[in-house]
Amino acid sequence: MRWLKDPILDVQHLTMRFGGLVAINDLSFMAGRGDITALIGPNGAGKTTVFNCITGFYKPTEGMIALRKPDGSHMLLERLPGFSINWKAKVARTFQNIRLFSGMTVLENLLVAQHNSLMIASGFTFLGVLGIGGYRKAEREAIERATYWLEKIDLIDRADDPAGDLPYGAQRRLEIARAMCTDPLLLCLDEPAAGLNPRESLLLNELLLSIRKDHGTSILLIEHDMSVVMEISDHVVVLDYGTKISDGTPSEIRNDPRVIAAYLGVADEEIEQVEAEIGA
Amino acid sequence: MEIFVQQLINGLTLGSIYGLIAIGYTMVFGIIGMVNFAHGDVFMLSAFIALIFFLILTTWLGMSSIVLALVIVMVIAMVLTSLWGWAIERVAYRPLRGSFRLAPLISAIGVSIFLSNFVQVAQGARNKPTPPMMRDVIVLFQGESGYNVVLSYKQIVIMATTAVLLAIFWYLVQKTSLGRAQRACEQDRKMAALLGIDVDRTISLTFVIGAALAAVAGTMYLLYYGVVSFNDGFVPGVKAFTAAVLGGIGSLPGAVLGGLIIGLIETFWSAYFSIEYKDVAAFSILAIVLIFMPSGILGRPEVEKV
Repeated sequence: MRWLKDPILDVQHLTMRFGGLVAINDLSFMAGRGDITALIGPNGAGKTTVFNCITGFYKPTEGMIALRKPDGSHMLLERLPGFSINWKAKVARTFQNIRLFSGMTVLENLLVAQHNSLMIASGFTFLGVLGIGGYRKAEREAIERATYWLEKIDLIDRADDPAGDLPYGAQRRLEIARAMCTDPLLLCLDEPAAGLNPRESLLLNELLLSIRKDHGTSILLIEHDMSVVMEISDHVVVLDYGTKISDGTPSEIRNDPRVIAAYLGVADEEIEQVEAEIGA
Repeated sequence: MEIFVQQLINGLTLGSIYGLIAIGYTMVFGIIGMVNFAHGDVFMLSAFIALIFFLILTTWLGMSSIVLALVIVMVIAMVLTSLWGWAIERVAYRPLRGSFRLAPLISAIGVSIFLSNFVQVAQGARNKPTPPMMRDVIVLFQGESGYNVVLSYKQIVIMATTAVLLAIFWYLVQKTSLGRAQRACEQDRKMAALLGIDVDRTISLTFVIGAALAAVAGTMYLLYYGVVSFNDGFVPGVKAFTAAVLGGIGSLPGAVLGGLIIGLIETFWSAYFSIEYKDVAAFSILAIVLIFMPSGILGRPEVEKV
């Protein structure tokens, strides 16, 4: 239970209601610093809603989402305005349906993610246009960082192509690289393996492991592909109907009858047996 | 032939002014999907700012170099009009951003009426002239009928200024981080915010840039016609909006192209047919183009954002 000792993300009593529909009900969990934490659950369990609350798309009805920085201070994400969640709290995310800037080039997608540092270096553009200040140096560094990521995701040859022209798997990798260009402490990935073939899925695992190893970024991911979840995650949180039904290491989760029941459903004659097992 | 060349020159001059205004419409539409109906009046306001400072510089301070005075006037007009553009967005549009789609549109019409009435009250309802300036012309060639085809210094200044500013502006949008952020906000505002881009500030800067280009257009308009009145924002504003739609709203090269086309249609129609119906001609062409190309000449078809 090392995630309880040094959590990067501390979600407490999170509730999200849409009118009468309760999408998340009193959810509390922690994600450890440097861990890969997986958020799993059947369709409609509220996983993406949790992500939307963390990244400021929704204002939670109740509850607290705290991001703990390495220096011990914390920021309450539900109180920050949209762009500060990335800029100040250092949380980045990707989407289930890819949201690249498809009309911009691959390189530009990575440079946009470094907008704030470039804006500061260029004196909000005005000094930069006049050639004053460290804009050139900052721009060079931004391109170097983008190049590093393009090499890492194996897209360096396509840097000047429109992002929308890339094949699906490459777009997924680019979206992760773009999120990493914002230099996040916590990277939230919404189904990064969806639609990938087994080979691409394997590459993705390597990429995620190397992000954690080389950059120390903590990862929170939603995933349906159990091979990805079981292979790389340190900690799994299982949701069903907006509540947490299980929380533990992958091997603990694998054998939890509540999880099996939630995923596979239970035959009528087994209900009593399952109830006995879970002690209900 | 002589008339053709002469009208080509006149049309391009007029078209560059329309193009500069049209960029303001098209940029704002691109980033927040709203037609800023007050933009024409921002243009009119900038022409008044230019007029006032031009008179201060030349008659009060006795500056003798017209060119230097014009440069100073243009910079002042750009700065002050930018402040107006920023303030209008802050006061009239930003509070309504989460509201229903028509709310900012109605607010824009309100700002438009406010600006023209404000100028009417502050500056009077009569046409305000500048002292005559830059009246020299270059005779390009003389036609058989004895008709001189001329290119005036004013026209050279207007076309050159427009070209230079468009080049700077193009660099700004394509090569700088601000331009990238703007294009990103155009495509997906929420995603841009998730990458740490302050979307509100980017939108403000879009209004500032649009207003600065309108100020250049206002100064050029004043230089070209030598007269401005409080209701001069309306017709050039509508024509520039037409230009933006014709070129494909949301497309920057489209706005300039649309401006040039509208300017050319207007001058050629005035020369060969009847000057009374020049506006009818411009708008008819717009209607015809939109029937066959609903997204304008260079516009992209609307893509549903998921």
